[in-house]
Amino acid sequence: MSNKYLGYFTNGLVKENPTLRLVLGTCPTLAVTTAAINGLGMGVSATVVLVCSNLAISLLRNIIPDRVRIPAFITIIAGFVSVVQMLVKAFLPSIDKSLGIFLPLIVVNCIILARAEMFASKNTVLPSVLDGLGMGIGFTAVLTLMGAIREFFGAGSLFSLPITAELIDPMVIFLLPPGGFFVFGMLVAISNAIAKKQGQKPAVHIGCANCPSRGICGKNSCDSAEEVAVNE
Amino acid sequence: MSNTTIASILLASILTNNMVLSKFLGICPFLGVSKKTNTAFSMSIAVILVMVVSTAVTWPIYNYILSPDYTYLQTIVFILVIAAIVQLIEIVLKRYIKPVYNALGIYLPLITTNCAVLGITMLNITDGLNFVQSLVNAFGAGLGFMLAMLLFSGVRERLETADIPPFLKGLPITLVSAALVSLSFLGFAGIGG
Repeated sequence: MSNKYLGYFTNGLVKENPTLRLVLGTCPTLAVTTAAINGLGMGVSATVVLVCSNLAISLLRNIIPDRVRIPAFITIIAGFVSVVQMLVKAFLPSIDKSLGIFLPLIVVNCIILARAEMFASKNTVLPSVLDGLGMGIGFTAVLTLMGAIREFFGAGSLFSLPITAELIDPMVIFLLPPGGFFVFGMLVAISNAIAKKQGQKPAVHIGCANCPSRGICGKNSCDSAEEVAVNE
Repeated sequence: MSNTTIASILLASILTNNMVLSKFLGICPFLGVSKKTNTAFSMSIAVILVMVVSTAVTWPIYNYILSPDYTYLQTIVFILVIAAIVQLIEIVLKRYIKPVYNALGIYLPLITTNCAVLGITMLNITDGLNFVQSLVNAFGAGLGFMLAMLLFSGVRERLETADIPPFLKGLPITLVSAALVSLSFLGFAGIGG
């Protein structure tokens, strides 16, 4: 495999990590990471959808008319999500239960639509699949790490194996919503500090430049909304 | 159905099960559009509108068309219906209620891919609510979204002038303050239920 192709794959792992660097897909990141195994389950499901949808969209990119591309992408993604949802329900019912509605909500996960719009609709099949795989693994890694941190502090265990649960009273707050926001904030702070050392900018929350919905609205809605607010 | 159930569904969806702060739905607009109070307000109004209308359409579709044989089509049907509804609302507002369109129009396209709207229509089905309860739940969830957005935009306006440790500047401090706001909502646990 040549370096160029390797680049497509590694891009999503660290440099453009979807969760910590692009800050996409925050909802599932915060919601399902109450245990390491849930983070892993969510990450793997999203990766499968991401790879499949990138594959399908890059194959169809010359057939889908430009004006209706976003609805077409959403339909393709929703199709794959339904498939994954049924597979998880059939073979991993416990994961299905703990992910709840966040499994079908992969449809509106910004990462998938963003990669479809920014990458798969402009590239050939192999780069798109590698990009999807890299992004998916980057997403999975962060989710699993965050799940592990919250599970360790909040329940004193890792992948359901008790570690400090017997010795110290676990800090349940880490499993509750505030713990999610807090741990994610700390992870972003750490990743920003590392990025700064390498001379990169800190992560900002999406904004119009890399918003996956930009193709739909095309008006820089949020930025202009902020301007309107300032001018008033 | 008694009035108490309606009231408790409403209270629970606004406070106890707050959309953003305890269910983690709609985090993107919560972090992205909450810098100024008036933008946060307009966005929330648009969300309430889309949520209630989407629920009014998806609930009958699920219960009279998809159920019981085609429930696996739920995800794909709901997202397409919501996308169509958002387009329709945009066209109707543009044609008939121009001032409202000018205020809310720019937020509508963003709402299509907002997990809060798809999330609430799906939760109404999984929680087994009836039609009226679903509408009340959607309205309450929208109000809860608005409450969280307004509270948080106030916090963020203060943050602009606060002295923040350099490594927390920007997104991290926003998330930490969101954690504190969400902590305060834990105090509502048990209300409504």
